[in-house]
Amino acid sequence: MLTKRIIPCFDVLDGRVVKHVGFLENRRDAGDPVALAERYCAEGADELVLLDISASEDGRLATQRVVAAVAERVNIPFTVGGGVSTVDDVRALLLAGADKVSMNTGAVRNPQLIKEAAHRFGEQCVVVAIDAKLNESMAQYEVMIKGGKVSTGMEVIQWAKRAAELGAGEILLTSFRQDGTRAGFDVTLTRLVAEAVRVPVIASGGAGRKEHFYEVLTEGKADAALAASVFHFAETSVGQVKAYLRQKGVPVR
Amino acid sequence: MIVVLDPGIGNLSSVRSGFARAGEETVVVARGEQWTALAGRGDVCGVVLPGVGAFGDAMFQLRASGLLPVVREVVREGRPLLGICLGMQLLFGVSEEHGMHVGLGVIPGKVVRFGQGVKVPHMGWNDLTVVRPHPLTEGVRRGDYVYFVHSYYAVMQAEEHLLAAATYGRYTVPAVVAKGAVCGTQFHPEKSGPVGERILRNFIAMCHAWQAQEGEKSGV
Repeated sequence: MLTKRIIPCFDVLDGRVVKHVGFLENRRDAGDPVALAERYCAEGADELVLLDISASEDGRLATQRVVAAVAERVNIPFTVGGGVSTVDDVRALLLAGADKVSMNTGAVRNPQLIKEAAHRFGEQCVVVAIDAKLNESMAQYEVMIKGGKVSTGMEVIQWAKRAAELGAGEILLTSFRQDGTRAGFDVTLTRLVAEAVRVPVIASGGAGRKEHFYEVLTEGKADAALAASVFHFAETSVGQVKAYLRQKGVPVR
Repeated sequence: MIVVLDPGIGNLSSVRSGFARAGEETVVVARGEQWTALAGRGDVCGVVLPGVGAFGDAMFQLRASGLLPVVREVVREGRPLLGICLGMQLLFGVSEEHGMHVGLGVIPGKVVRFGQGVKVPHMGWNDLTVVRPHPLTEGVRRGDYVYFVHSYYAVMQAEEHLLAAATYGRYTVPAVVAKGAVCGTQFHPEKSGPVGERILRNFIAMCHAWQAQEGEKSGV
């Protein structure tokens, strides 16, 4: 039986792992990416996600070196994203050793990027990341870009469906409201998207306790759950989360 | 040394890193002529046919790059060959991916798309049921997890070529297949943690055994 996946994620800035609390502020250094990747791998992570948040060309090159170093060492799937806006960006990350490439703002601005990348490299390596924020006055979830700074006015479920039709092999769904809070995933949003698309959905944003993973993987119908800070600072480990899920009857590796 | 065939459509670094971690060097061969230069050397012990992308494109590229005769030669001489993911599917007779495409026809069967009732692609970790012993799956036990990413699967004509399977919804997915030394895995052993590494080491052992046997033959 196909298992639910637990995916540690880390943000890399100029070659170092950092963690934000909230999308925009309060950065903390969380260490060496290769060492962290190896630790997660040993703890039973099912996949790794690395997001490059460097702003400069030098920072991006540093990240590509990190991607290559991590890819050499880990024997589980490895997704890389951050600032991907052209097919050449996708190719560069795949050549550096990524198995999948995640695109966000670049795909919103140019949806054909999804189609082109899927056609050139296969749907299996195209992950469309969606940052969602509840617009209470409109009573709908809106797609945010530029790291949550800019609202697009696009509705999340429609965009997820469109992305899947264009060739996304997977949707990485982050709840902007929950991200960094450790108050739990947005189960309602995740379920809406998971029921709307036929491709796997990775839930992200808000993981704080092992019970949160259980909620989003059962009630939220997510195929995978992603978390960063809760694993970086060793508040709970991938192994502990998986042991809990197993005990609750959720299939895990 | 293991040759990784590159029909020019996929990214080979994962496969090469996987073999490096398992302790074997690899060399990439992208054109038929390169193989001719290498094959005579005693140190090439096996061949890997990786592959992402579409079936028809991959067969087209194999022909265009002159690698199709290489695969035929490898199969004929009994040199160990490992097809990974699409590389495994290419071993079959025909595929329905974007029209009908003829494959290598080494293992009888056809490749079809998953239908209703399951998410496509079949992506993630699924457990194996080992149905037949083979050097490639030595030490792999029922319930061991490996990493799959695919939208098409093989419908086998002859049960005897199936080594291990996985269950996905109502589908039984051939996960490891072999006919003699020609093997294939639908999953990615290079991305399948310790179980995948075991399979790569088993393949390397098959390659070294073949090499030793060939060495003896030529020594006589």
